[in-house]
Amino acid sequence: MQTEQDSLEDEVHETELEIRNSDGLHMRPAMKFVDIANGFDSDISVSNGQTDVDGKSIMQVTMLAATFGTKLRLRAEGPDAREAIEALRELVEEQHFDEPTPN
Amino acid sequence: MEIKKGIAVSPGISIAKSLIIDSEDYRIPRRSIKSSQRMIETQRIRNAFKDAIRDLTELETAQDSTASGKIKDIFAVHLRFLRDRSMRKKMTDMIQSELVTAAYAVSNVLDDIAQHFSTSEDAYMSERAADMYDIKRRLLKHLLGEKRDSIEKLTEQVVVVARELSPTETAGFNKKFVKGIASDAGGRTSHAAIVARSLAIPAVVALEDLTACVSGGDTVIIDGNRGIVVINPDSETIRQYEQYSQDFVELEHRLDAIRQEPAVTRDGTRITLLGNIEFPDEAELVLQKGGDGIGLYRTEFLYLNTETEPTEDDHYEAYARTAQILTGRRVVIRTLDLGADKYTQSKRFAREPNPFLGLRSIRFCLQNLTMFKTQLRAIMRASVLGDVKIMFPLITNLHELMQAKMILRDVMEDLDEESIPYNRDIPIGIMIETPSAALTAYSLAINCDFFSIGTNDLTQYTLAVDRGNEHVSTLYSSADPAVLRLIRTVTQDAHKAQIDLSVCGEMASEPEHVMLLLGIGVRTLSLSVPMIPEIKQIVRSVTMEDCNKLARKVLTMNSERQISAYLRNAATKILPEAF
Repeated sequence: MQTEQDSLEDEVHETELEIRNSDGLHMRPAMKFVDIANGFDSDISVSNGQTDVDGKSIMQVTMLAATFGTKLRLRAEGPDAREAIEALRELVEEQHFDEPTPN
Repeated sequence: MEIKKGIAVSPGISIAKSLIIDSEDYRIPRRSIKSSQRMIETQRIRNAFKDAIRDLTELETAQDSTASGKIKDIFAVHLRFLRDRSMRKKMTDMIQSELVTAAYAVSNVLDDIAQHFSTSEDAYMSERAADMYDIKRRLLKHLLGEKRDSIEKLTEQVVVVARELSPTETAGFNKKFVKGIASDAGGRTSHAAIVARSLAIPAVVALEDLTACVSGGDTVIIDGNRGIVVINPDSETIRQYEQYSQDFVELEHRLDAIRQEPAVTRDGTRITLLGNIEFPDEAELVLQKGGDGIGLYRTEFLYLNTETEPTEDDHYEAYARTAQILTGRRVVIRTLDLGADKYTQSKRFAREPNPFLGLRSIRFCLQNLTMFKTQLRAIMRASVLGDVKIMFPLITNLHELMQAKMILRDVMEDLDEESIPYNRDIPIGIMIETPSAALTAYSLAINCDFFSIGTNDLTQYTLAVDRGNEHVSTLYSSADPAVLRLIRTVTQDAHKAQIDLSVCGEMASEPEHVMLLLGIGVRTLSLSVPMIPEIKQIVRSVTMEDCNKLARKVLTMNSERQISAYLRNAATKILPEAF
């Protein structure tokens, strides 16, 4: 049950991310994604427009099978929601999961 | 209530709750649990995950810098999946809502994920399906292993149900609690059958899909006499079986009373009753049941249940022990009869298109002399410890027999050179199990010391029927006129050449065939050990005159059906309670 205190700290942050590495969201990047997501307290969900998955579940994230160019909608809810979104955005769009991008 | 038919491999009746032993190598059937078991099954999933994570973490740290990145990757993937709470939740939710076993929930969810990966267009992703199956096996191993361990902590009587049973799985069986065995796979010589016979508990094998039809805790009746298993019997069936079981036990006691009596017909003809065994522990049972010795020691067991080929000493120990237990009573050791239906139990030998007509048995031995000689040496060494005889299976012509005898002579010379003692005059016999051998029996008889008719294979080869093939198995019958004529020919040829003859196929264990065999001229039967008392009872109840008359009549008949009916009729008159 949420107390007044909780609802004050719970924030919701959303963003849209584009998969930029050539091989898309295969196992290794998916593991990186999930590892980072699990580092935060907030609930994190990822959507590819058709399905909503739990961003902390390797099983569900890999099921997304997001390829190069896929746009994902990211939603974080909790005390560290902003930090979570920021970290994940950096991973996907700036670091490209440390993987090659098409040039 | 469901009734399933299989192969009876160990006699007796047992009524108890089932304990299912699954194997992670096979499909886990969907099994229901009671509402009250949900907590336990859920906890078992948690424990399995905890154990699996612990094992993998240990493996991962052990790998470290020396291992290639690939291996570390695999562990990394597996660990992440094992730590995925939503995956675990999917499984525990399934248990809660669908009331299925933990093993099934695990199996189902991971198969689903694997399926999803394998249909991916991405090559890398589709390979991950293999990872899912791996994770599944790991979890199942913990779940099922725990089950297997529970065998050793039994507190109530159970009947064990499994797809098949390996030596490791049966090692912990305690006769006090394990009251019967039923398996999907297997045959007369499978491990389940062997263990059941040595524990003297009823067993039925080759039930095909029994594990899919039983849930742990279901009441099961195992009828090891008729090869029937009843799942969740109704009260009437239970009552009938309890009565039947009681009658059977009483019959056993009565038969036990004549244990030490000789097998003599009412008009004074002595019949020798020997036992068929697979391994030394059964030798004890031969004596207990009043047998005169061992007429067929099937030696394949040494090869079928181990990872490596047995050494000469492995062979020797088994033969020596058997000879010593039998103290002077005959022990007929049959050389390796590997092949055909036994291939499926040993993965070492490559499959042939027509195994029954292929490189099996003595043919295989004659083309694998090192292996053959190893066994022969061991038999010869054991021959000084008792009345040991050697027998070659599947001899189809004189040349084969001569070859085998020549190899044996080579072995004898080797032993001479090494100054190792053996019985130079060891009786050498052959199994008559093919039409060619039966039709040329006389020329074989003057070149060996004894015959044993293997009616199982003789019937199959003569009638051209594979009795393991359910589409034609009804065509198989040892009471077929063609088979009976061959048995008679062989018996007469043996008599002419003045050598011993016995019948060692299943026919010798069948009460309705005893009079017929005796009437044809057979004086020695080698049979399934538990059946010795019953067959002895029949021998003691008949006269040779009646047997001769019966055989003469039967040999004029041209229809197997007519013969079977006539024999059953005659047998029921003699020993009503056995039928």
